[in-house]
Amino acid sequence: MVRTMPILLMDNDQPSSHSDPRRQLQMARSMCWHCQSEVTGEYFCERCVKVQPVSKETDYFTCLGFPRRLTLDVQKLEARFYELSRTFHPDFYQRKSTAEQTISLSNAAVLNTAYRTLRDPIQRAEYLLALETGSVKNIRTSPPADLFEEILELQDTLEEYRASDHGSDQGHRLRTTLLTEQEALERRKEELESQLRRLFADWDKLQDAGETTSSARAERDKILKQMRDLLSHRTYVNNIVSDLAATIA
Amino acid sequence: MARIVGIDLGTTNSLVAYMKDGQPCIIPDRHGRTMVPSVVAVTDNGLIVGDSAKEHLTRNPERTVYSVKRFMGKGLADVQNELAYFPYSLTETDGVIRIRLGQKSYSPPQISAMILKELKLRAEAYLGESITKAVITVPAYFNDSQRQATKDAGLIAGLEVLRIINEPTAASLAYGLQKNTQGTIAVYDFGGGTLDISILKLKDGIFEVLATNGDTHLGGDDVDRVLVDLFIAEIREREGIDLSGYPDHIQAVRLEAERAKIRLSDELKTDIAIELPEDKGCFTRELTRDQFESLATSVIERTLTPCRMAIKDAGLTTKDIDEVVLVGGSTRMPLVRQRVEALFGKPPHCHLNPDEVVALGAAVQADILSGGTTDMLLLDVTPLSLGIETMGGVMSSLIRRNTTIPASAKEMFTTYVDGQTGVDIHILQGERELVKDNRSLARFRLKVPPLPAGVPRIEVTFLIDANGILNVTATDMRTGQSQSIEVKPSYGLSDQEVERMIEDSFKFAAEDIGARKLIEARLDAESLFKTTDKSLAEAGHLVAREETEAIRTALSQLSTAKDGTDPRAIRGRMAELEQAAKHLNTVMLDDSLKKGLQGKKVSEVS
Repeated sequence: MVRTMPILLMDNDQPSSHSDPRRQLQMARSMCWHCQSEVTGEYFCERCVKVQPVSKETDYFTCLGFPRRLTLDVQKLEARFYELSRTFHPDFYQRKSTAEQTISLSNAAVLNTAYRTLRDPIQRAEYLLALETGSVKNIRTSPPADLFEEILELQDTLEEYRASDHGSDQGHRLRTTLLTEQEALERRKEELESQLRRLFADWDKLQDAGETTSSARAERDKILKQMRDLLSHRTYVNNIVSDLAATIA
Repeated sequence: MARIVGIDLGTTNSLVAYMKDGQPCIIPDRHGRTMVPSVVAVTDNGLIVGDSAKEHLTRNPERTVYSVKRFMGKGLADVQNELAYFPYSLTETDGVIRIRLGQKSYSPPQISAMILKELKLRAEAYLGESITKAVITVPAYFNDSQRQATKDAGLIAGLEVLRIINEPTAASLAYGLQKNTQGTIAVYDFGGGTLDISILKLKDGIFEVLATNGDTHLGGDDVDRVLVDLFIAEIREREGIDLSGYPDHIQAVRLEAERAKIRLSDELKTDIAIELPEDKGCFTRELTRDQFESLATSVIERTLTPCRMAIKDAGLTTKDIDEVVLVGGSTRMPLVRQRVEALFGKPPHCHLNPDEVVALGAAVQADILSGGTTDMLLLDVTPLSLGIETMGGVMSSLIRRNTTIPASAKEMFTTYVDGQTGVDIHILQGERELVKDNRSLARFRLKVPPLPAGVPRIEVTFLIDANGILNVTATDMRTGQSQSIEVKPSYGLSDQEVERMIEDSFKFAAEDIGARKLIEARLDAESLFKTTDKSLAEAGHLVAREETEAIRTALSQLSTAKDGTDPRAIRGRMAELEQAAKHLNTVMLDDSLKKGLQGKKVSEVS
């Protein structure tokens, strides 16, 4: 029997690459699927008032009507999400044709993913990074270089604790060590997140300036590179912290 | 658009509701009863459902099904450790439990369909129109198989199930409609067989579920069992009787345990009386609320873990919860209220009838779907993570739990052997790492054109719709062709089997209607018999002797007909009795009027 073997050619939450055959479908988007007239309205054909599918090319920022910035008003985002939910939710298409029901279902699913991605600052940044760099791979997690030794040691302590009798003196001692480590790592995580927030602000400022000079482009690439490294470290530390918390809980 | 009713298909009781002038209302039966006990009995005269079936629990335990909801979407292995509690015999065919009743076997969706049909008939009789569309509620923590089984039950009952909606969120709709609440609420729903907890944010008519958790095998039934085990052990010790050979008596113990539990919600102590087999008298004991609570506390503690997990998943603490709403009959237990209050640090709301609020919410959702209510929208979540099996028996998660539905995920598949023509895909639901620890939902084989390894690119879309039910589609990315996928459910009826059951249900419908007519005729005859007998005793002296003789004859003939099985004969005898007693009734009415007028002046009368 052939085993299941999914190959992540493309990540779900990330935009399609240029070789994607679906790109050829983009032409059809500007035409109403129902009356074939040109769609000028945002989500509905203005002529026959049929709901239109959200194009597969639409990124989540565009979908929710926000510019590609990393600091955004979460209240406004929620309000926009609720508004669009009222536009697309299948509850309101029960009496419509099957084609419209199908569009509503898939639009609502895209909307829900878009909101979930943009609501969380980390996921939002990871998504933007993928959009801007055209990278389709998940960001690989890696430990910050200066933490390498410390983390190796921590892994050993974790193993030792798992194998130990938690009620024994040794168990207590290991647990105390792990708790101290956990606090230190939590602090490190917060530090990484505050560095990220500063970088987010830098990105937004650069975008707002809208310059296209070569130095602006270099600055942009520098920010994206730094962001990738920080996100990668932050996820790594976060995973370790959760693992730690789960073990000593 | 045809009317859509809302149905609460409960473990212990079921209800049907509809929207009347912007307010949800429960549809009662002819006697004003709102709940249909979720009990189905196979009698010699056909199938009966509800209150009349409940009588058969002790009379006919092997052929009377209760708590069938516990078996929906399950295989026999899932319920192995509770088989001893059920007097009817359970087997398994094609991953679906079958319940043997008399000569026939029924799947849980078929039994549920009988309850749904009863509700459908009730609604049709009350509203005077044919009902073909419904919203049906399920526990929020129901997995895909259990939801699908519920949808199948609807189909078999002749209902188009327009939406499967989660019970706690349904309750929140009814609650929100009445209270116009804004803020964060927790709905604690503890029913007969299931526990759910949902955390919702209510804002401007949007009901957004933030997180949900639960246990589909934890309910009032489990509290009853603690008492059943105690009583059976005491009967063995004190009376030297092992009840395990007496399924009818075990049922009597279970029913007494349930009644005692209910009484102890209002009283501090209660007397237990259980009739023993073979005329060995009666087992009696006193049970205090304290004793009861010390027994029940372990079950109730188990309900708090899902609550804590839901709060955590919502990214909140108990301080962030503005209101706690109680749903389900089991929340009437004072101990439950105390524990919930202690956990959330605030007294829970219980001003809505916990038995009715879910059905009322289903009616609100039905009204949203039919376009009546337009300002409310429910955004629910999927309770369990969805994933597929990957190399090494590990589950790779595609849609995380508590993701807002509809939700979709795409996955690209290819081959790794030249000319390979298929890829087997195993879909799972659950939170554990390994495939074996999660719930298998379905398997299917993806068809791939024979090409060199790695060249085919098939994109599979997993879409969880607004019912929380999975739909799978696949597209060959090279040709843009989509392919239909035949999914083989791991724990469910195949489409063909559902189809056959729908046909069967039409075939048996005639039989069932016959049984129902007989039961109704008997009930009506009983009530006519009693009132006429009473009139005769009170006013027989006011009419001629021949008349009283004629009435007596008609009474005895009705009594004979009532024991027969022909509803038309019963109705005929009833008409004869009514005719014979007509004069007597008129005379009685005149007599009472006359008595009422005595001692009054003419001026007071007019």
